[in-house]
Amino acid sequence: METTNNIISIRGLYKRFPMGKDEFTALHDINLSFGTGEFAGLIGPSGSGKTTLLNIIGSLDVPTQGEAIVLGRSIGKLSPRESARLRKESLGFIFQSYNLLAVHTVYENVEFPLLLLNYTESERQKMVLDALEWVGLSPKIKSKPPQLSGGECQRVAIARAMVKKPRLVLADEPTANLDAANSHHILQTMEKLNRELKTTFIFATHDEKVISYLKRRIYLLDGRVDNEELTEAI
Amino acid sequence: MKTAIKLAYRNLIGAGLRTWLNVIVLSFSFVIIIFMKGIMTGWDYQAKTDMTNWQIGGGQYWHEAYDPYDPFTFSDSHAPVPSGMQEEISRGNAMAQLIVQGTLYPAGRMVQVTIRGIDPGQQVLQIPTARLDTLTDAIPALIGSMMAKNSRLKEGDYVTLRWRDAAGTFDATDVIIAGIFATNVPAMDAGQIYIPLDTLRALALLPGEASILTFRESEKQRTELPGWKWMSKPELTREVDELIKTKQTGQTVLYAILLLLAMLAIFDTQVLSIFRRQKEIGTYIALGYTRQQVVGLFTVEGSMHAVLAAVTGAIYGVPFLAWQAKVGWTLPMEASEFGMAMAQTLYPVYSLGLVATTVLLVTITTAIVSYIPSRKIAKMNPTDALRGKLQ
Ligand SMILES: Nc1ncnc2c1ncn2[C@@H]1O[C@H](COP(=O)(O)OP(=O)(O)O)[C@@H](O)[C@H]1O
Ligand SMILES: [Mg+2]
Repeated sequence: METTNNIISIRGLYKRFPMGKDEFTALHDINLSFGTGEFAGLIGPSGSGKTTLLNIIGSLDVPTQGEAIVLGRSIGKLSPRESARLRKESLGFIFQSYNLLAVHTVYENVEFPLLLLNYTESERQKMVLDALEWVGLSPKIKSKPPQLSGGECQRVAIARAMVKKPRLVLADEPTANLDAANSHHILQTMEKLNRELKTTFIFATHDEKVISYLKRRIYLLDGRVDNEELTEAI
Repeated sequence: MKTAIKLAYRNLIGAGLRTWLNVIVLSFSFVIIIFMKGIMTGWDYQAKTDMTNWQIGGGQYWHEAYDPYDPFTFSDSHAPVPSGMQEEISRGNAMAQLIVQGTLYPAGRMVQVTIRGIDPGQQVLQIPTARLDTLTDAIPALIGSMMAKNSRLKEGDYVTLRWRDAAGTFDATDVIIAGIFATNVPAMDAGQIYIPLDTLRALALLPGEASILTFRESEKQRTELPGWKWMSKPELTREVDELIKTKQTGQTVLYAILLLLAMLAIFDTQVLSIFRRQKEIGTYIALGYTRQQVVGLFTVEGSMHAVLAAVTGAIYGVPFLAWQAKVGWTLPMEASEFGMAMAQTLYPVYSLGLVATTVLLVTITTAIVSYIPSRKIAKMNPTDALRGKLQ
């Protein structure tokens, strides 16, 4: 179904939402593939369909028509259990608003995805400490999210997304709540992880700072792929 | 499951004041239910002990015509003590009572009484009949403290007693109040006067006769005696059992209200937290939980209120319940008004079974109440939850 290099192939994908009696088409005939190790972004103004597409890739939503094959699995055809398993084992999410668990410490937040997988306590501990080191948060291990700055929170979220070394990380407007210095910091962190761990990153963004880091830019406009550019050979 | 419990615990503690309010309300349910049930058990136990000691012993033979609720039967409900029984009586294993209807005239008033002829040397019941074993110019009589209060009689008072003998003739004599005793058993106090058995037999012209025979030991089976009916201990305490059952039904309503209040608070908390924590729910799903697992997580979280409440309840409940078991719970009203064996102060009795069933009942109810609103999560769309846009 997919070439060995592709971890995502999207073909003829439509997404329609019911709107009163009508339907609203949020995504029109999307055809895209992503290979392993990409650092790509869906770029477009608000309402262009970035989040919708990212959610389908992340198996949080399903296509209305067409096909999205992620890591060999057709998103529209997965049972809830299978899609949960795909997310649990292979996907990492980073959200604009961090979505950390406020009552848990930094350590516990990062450990969380591992609790769903069958790692031993000592394995988990090593993985969490490694992930916190990648994002430079080792000293804040016992803090809770309300005590952290926005940049630190987003770094915890990156550590949480990366701790299980997923094959694919989906980041929806990860810098929207951050200042320039923090934005660059987290982007450098992600770029480094992309390079060192070969993790595929797909962003949804309209932030120039993010765009400047992307190696592949996919422009969306009104739910269609408008334009695409590569900044270097992949 | 372990993860769910750990998470639920952190979430609950993290929620702070609201959790503790719910937990405290719920812990009241625990403590009050256990306390009230303990009082009931204690009352039951005390009522039966008192009845045994003061009224029924180990079971009784009643003359077949005897009906304690109908004093008019008393004139017909007597017969000579059966020959075999006489031996039991002289060995102290049983005692005979002759019951005759009479009238007392304290200070010019008139009080209907049941005259009980009782052997002063009896050891079967706790009634201090030894006080009847005195030589006085009048017939010695014993009464209970409630009777003394109602007829305004004191120890040493003389009072006129009238009765009707077997021939149907009215006669009267003076008796002296030789003693007043306190009992929790109203049936042996209100309207009762005790005089020596042989004296009453002589006054009523019923030599060697009795109305009831009371045994010291309770045995399952007693021989049939023609003209007498056997009343076993369970039969005699049935009324107490039924009264306590009725009281317990009344109490169940109170528990239900208490539990309902606690459950409303928890239901409300669950609904609110599911509404407020949509993003968190979306995040759990994004991290690989199925929606069913999130439902489970929220249910565990809600149910854990009961666990925390059991712990909190234990902290103040155990000392309180232990203290109550020691000092007893004094009734706010006159115990004698209940018209049944009831002490003014009741000592609650708690059993492990009582505590276990209460904890189980409250925990299961809490789990159900936590689950009902959590089911809503199963219908949530994760993308909507992540946007936090559900209504
Ligand atoms: N669940 C939904 N129901 C109806 N319309 C939706 C829903 N989700 C997204 N949309 C619409 O689809 C379009 C694309 O939304 P989205 O993917 O969130 O855009 P972006 O992330 O690029 O800002 C918007 O017009 C939005 O209103
Ligand atoms: Mg968006």
